[in-house]
Amino acid sequence: MKEKYLINARIIDPKNDLDEMGGLIIDSKGLIKAVGKKVTNGNIPADVDKIDLKKQVLIPGIVDMRVFVGEPGYEYKENFRTLSNAALAGGVTSVVSMPNTSPVIDNVSMVDFLKRRGRDKSRINIFPSAALTKNTEGKQMTEFGLLKRKGIVAFTDGVKTVQNPQVMARIMNFASQSESLIMQHAEDNIMSEGGLINEGEISTRLGLKGIPSLAEKIIVERDLSFLEEYFCRYHISQISSKKTISVIKKAKNEGKIFTTGVSINNLSLNENDIGDFRTFLKLSPPLRTENDRQSLVEAINDGTIDVIVSDHKPEDEESKRLTFSQATTGATGVETLLPLSLELFHNKSVKLNKLIASITINPAKILGINKGTLEKGNDADLCVVDINKPWVVNKDELKSKSKNTPIEDRKMQGQILKTFVRGELAFERV
Amino acid sequence: MAAIKKLKAVKIEQNHLLGIQDISYSQVSEILNQAKAFITLNRSDSKKIDILRGKTQINLFFEPSTRTQSSFELAGKRLGADVMSMNIVNSAIKKGETLIDTAMTLNAMHPDIIVIRHQDSGAPNLLSQKVNCAVINAGDGIREHPTQALLDALTIINRKGKVEGLKIAICGDILHSRVARSNIYLMNMLGAEINVVAPKTLLPHSIERLGVKAFTDMKKGLENCDIVMMLRLQNERMHGSFLPSAREYYEYFGLTPDKLKKANKDALIMHPGPMNRGVEIDTNLADDINRSLIKEQVELGVAVRMACLKIFCKRN
Repeated sequence: MKEKYLINARIIDPKNDLDEMGGLIIDSKGLIKAVGKKVTNGNIPADVDKIDLKKQVLIPGIVDMRVFVGEPGYEYKENFRTLSNAALAGGVTSVVSMPNTSPVIDNVSMVDFLKRRGRDKSRINIFPSAALTKNTEGKQMTEFGLLKRKGIVAFTDGVKTVQNPQVMARIMNFASQSESLIMQHAEDNIMSEGGLINEGEISTRLGLKGIPSLAEKIIVERDLSFLEEYFCRYHISQISSKKTISVIKKAKNEGKIFTTGVSINNLSLNENDIGDFRTFLKLSPPLRTENDRQSLVEAINDGTIDVIVSDHKPEDEESKRLTFSQATTGATGVETLLPLSLELFHNKSVKLNKLIASITINPAKILGINKGTLEKGNDADLCVVDINKPWVVNKDELKSKSKNTPIEDRKMQGQILKTFVRGELAFERV
Repeated sequence: MAAIKKLKAVKIEQNHLLGIQDISYSQVSEILNQAKAFITLNRSDSKKIDILRGKTQINLFFEPSTRTQSSFELAGKRLGADVMSMNIVNSAIKKGETLIDTAMTLNAMHPDIIVIRHQDSGAPNLLSQKVNCAVINAGDGIREHPTQALLDALTIINRKGKVEGLKIAICGDILHSRVARSNIYLMNMLGAEINVVAPKTLLPHSIERLGVKAFTDMKKGLENCDIVMMLRLQNERMHGSFLPSAREYYEYFGLTPDKLKKANKDALIMHPGPMNRGVEIDTNLADDINRSLIKEQVELGVAVRMACLKIFCKRN
């Protein structure tokens, strides 16, 4: 591979507080050789590829901590190839895949399969997570140590929550030994049983059973109590309500160490968007009130929430063309994660640096992977974005195999132009 | 500076009767006025006319129903329509066919109107997007039961002359009641003042936002009321830990002569049926011909459904 000189870009790397005009050099192995204002048009050798980025923004490739792939078992919803295409078109170069496949990713042999498929069929970095408990049944913990040695970066039951407090306490106690990262989807199943959308005026009007925000809050409170006794690497996958934010703030003030994520959907949509029973907006955690949404945005600003995820969950038409209560939960989002996040920058809710940190270095740090920054020596995983480019979401133009985007027809500002993975140009918008 | 163009209020007439929330005051008036005419017809010797001759009405009931289904069936027949009631128990839906596929199949038979009852809220809305005929909601989940509310309004108007200015108490399991929701929307639209009375576990979240006052003390909730609407307490609620027992419920929320004294002297009692005597209502009160409108509700139900069939059939 020839060396590449990317010049004339606005380089933003939150890890190093970098936001300046300059360039980036990719060496012949696909690693970052140099970055910053010193890389200019003036000092380029003759036999390299020169790419003029025309003052567009260059950021580290995005790290998406919560993505569902259909392999194995649900290839008709999404396979590694289609996921990879969707991710690259969204500037996402690394994803954490959820273990809710068929069969569930809960043993060492499955990990080999995943890694092989991920490597052969996709161009992005797949960091698989494994189930916290066997078959995500919430009973028997999986082999954290052995799985981690095989390359599992995190443990989660994905769409499920470990309900039994004794099992959860033991998991947290045991996980510290292998320094495994535990990621919890916080929802008390008994509290939320039969629930479909946020409990409130909208659920009363639509006649849909509500999911109280208490169902989320009490699991977070429970787990944070355990954390006091059984310290481990603990991450709350995604929160949805103001009530939970106050629990997290309090715990952080008490000095507890853990991290928190939020889905871009909960930052940019609210329960009113469900309208006339739109099943693409049936999500977990559910969309809540505008007040909740604003509190979540504020929590990104003040550092209460560390990470924004796409919660990319492809579902085929047959799973969504049903009555609201029969329809499957989830929406696609990996391709629109950055553009939708940029809304929060354009409407002056969140600073650009903070926003980019929450989808690059923050998740990388939590996962303990060498991604999400433009440091010398790192893989050249890069995303070039025109942060002002207007466009309209059209589900047929999105690359995911499933078309269940929750933001069809939404007007966006900011589009990905190029994506590099390990120094190779893997996506370019024409 | 360019002048801001004033938008004219455009009235969109609904082609379907999906819920009271979705129809206008003038549509409600049209239905009620038309229904009044049918009351007389229904009481006459020759009850059948032919304004829907050649039209096909399909009743699609996914939930068991006695009075609503027979009421719709009779209504269609009296207007001269060909009425077909689908027996869901033996149908393809039990074999896993989706609602949309069922809709497509029925649509191919060119019905003029489909009457649907479904256990899922919003099912009639989904159906209406997929068929070319009018859809009438005969009850969906815990969302709406518009024809029940319309027949209740007609019954009240028949006795009291109007709904406007009346004070109406809706009592019982509000949380699981589509009848309560439709009545709240309709009686509000017609200018009544509404109290809802229920234990806290059976009151929906943010119910006051629908324009009602909520009471957990039945005597307070019934004060100066002109109409007392009782709701059926489904027995399974007693075991879902919403309530301790039927006995406790009757003590605090059952309609008894003692509690009824708090309402106006000429207050009338309504119930959408079927009743649980001795659970939500004292058996003598239920049969008191001077107070109870229960039989009248059933009678006028047919007239209201005839009016709905006529109006919405015509529109398509």
